[in-house]
Amino acid sequence: MNGNQRILSGLKTGLLYLLLFAFLTPFLLIIMNSFKTTQQFFESPLSLPTTIDFKNYASAFENMDFMQGFMNSLIITGISVFVIIIFSAMTGYLFVRYKWKVNSILFFLMLASMALPFQVLMIPMVMLYGNMGLLNTKLTLLFMYLGFGVPFGVFTFHGFIKGIPYELEESAFIEGSSTLRTFFSIVLPLLRPVFVTLLVLDVLWIWNDYLLPSLVLLSPNQKTLPLSTYTFFSSYSVDYAPLMAGLIMTIIPVLVIYLFLQKQIIKGITEGALK
Amino acid sequence: MNKKLSLKNTGTFLVFGGPSIFAFTAVVIIPFIVGLYLTFTNWDVRTGDSSLIGFGNYLEVFRDKVFLSQLWFTLKYVFFTVVIANVFAFFIALALTRGGKGEQWLRTGFFTPNLVGGIVLGYLWQTLFSQVLPYLGNKYGWDLFQTSWLTDTGTAFWALIIATAWQLVGYLMIIYIAGFTGVPGDVLEAASIDGAGRYAVIRRIILPLTVPAIVICIFISLSRSFLTYDINLALTKGGPFNSTELATYHIVQKAFLSNQYGVGQAEAVVLFAVVAIIALTQSYLLKKLEVES
Repeated sequence: MNGNQRILSGLKTGLLYLLLFAFLTPFLLIIMNSFKTTQQFFESPLSLPTTIDFKNYASAFENMDFMQGFMNSLIITGISVFVIIIFSAMTGYLFVRYKWKVNSILFFLMLASMALPFQVLMIPMVMLYGNMGLLNTKLTLLFMYLGFGVPFGVFTFHGFIKGIPYELEESAFIEGSSTLRTFFSIVLPLLRPVFVTLLVLDVLWIWNDYLLPSLVLLSPNQKTLPLSTYTFFSSYSVDYAPLMAGLIMTIIPVLVIYLFLQKQIIKGITEGALK
Repeated sequence: MNKKLSLKNTGTFLVFGGPSIFAFTAVVIIPFIVGLYLTFTNWDVRTGDSSLIGFGNYLEVFRDKVFLSQLWFTLKYVFFTVVIANVFAFFIALALTRGGKGEQWLRTGFFTPNLVGGIVLGYLWQTLFSQVLPYLGNKYGWDLFQTSWLTDTGTAFWALIIATAWQLVGYLMIIYIAGFTGVPGDVLEAASIDGAGRYAVIRRIILPLTVPAIVICIFISLSRSFLTYDINLALTKGGPFNSTELATYHIVQKAFLSNQYGVGQAEAVVLFAVVAIIALTQSYLLKKLEVES
């Protein structure tokens, strides 16, 4: 690279950073204004805050019942994702290693269902589960996430398990290991790369989901974070400063995960999309 | 291994497949079948009465001027969102696959809006459109921003597109980057030795070789924007005067607020058919442009 090219490429990088800055301005504006009073925000939304105090955060924390929303989201996301991954892995294994007719039919149905939009299922689902009196519990929501998450999970594991040589398991079987034990001690550890992909995609999906929990969880103490954000905004609509603090607080948990897992997240998205 | 399914290994089937197959059936298969049945009945939530009425609900869907105009509104919204998000994502990805300094950081940065759920994202933009932009408009006398974009149908339409595309860009960018990385370096090198300009390289080499990535990106952006619900809810709540209700928003209102489950479900099925037809057509047409490197 000669001098001119170096300057040119430096200029391009500079322009890209400028573009990124413009792209992220919405976040920056919200962060800046979350430290002002609502009055100051109305008067000069573009100025930097003069003092850094967290009283908007304290007020949002209390008024949107942040802790409760956070805990509900954490429990629901954590358990759902864990259950989806384990059961999908087992079913993916079953479908690869046992070529029964019923397995290939089920696998085909799961593949086909991935093209179904949630909107086609939501009305009958709410109707059916409502009739059985099963709405408004976390358990039902977990069960639904399992049902919706399984097709993609099975599909992903299926592709990966196909590439694992059967000899590994065969020797275990000869030594008298049961299918279950062979799966958990030999196959499961090999599936680690797929775990990460699914973990990332499912966490982003379930943590941020609004529509399904809004249809299933009806009582205030069940609310997940997106539902609390909604209620908070609907009831506080003019007092912008705490609202912005509330937005920032809901973003922070995912942001923390992102900072730790960014490489895997980007890899997960790539792999998830290309399948 | 081709053991027959027999009594002995029904156990294996149940242990390994039981939980996920049960959940899948109960959450996807049964509601799907019941949903189709539902579109042919006039099921009443309050009385529980239900009888078969043939295609009555579908006729109602196509006679309902409001739904049709909202479907048209949705189609326009999807079209602009898909085009804008993909064009930006394509060029940002192109700029970020050259091995320059700080590329990782830039990618990470452009992806951040995807960490945020639709509700939070909608409220974030609602604050900007209803407060920050009008402030700028009044301070500097810019007519475009003097009133909130969310109070007028035409501008609220663009507000919805901007908010959705803003999130989609980073996601699609990642997939385009993966696509570009697959373009063989020697082909690019040969082209530059032959004196092909930047534009010719994009037009004649990169575009044809990344058709698979383009197909996936258009498919993803189509299906995501067709199903937009929470951004719509948080940004405009369908207002002013229900003029910015996207199809999904309309269906939720129809079914759960006005208790018209049958009609709402018929609308969902129609929407699904529209999405499926458009998605399949685009991937069929684009696939024809695919070449081997």
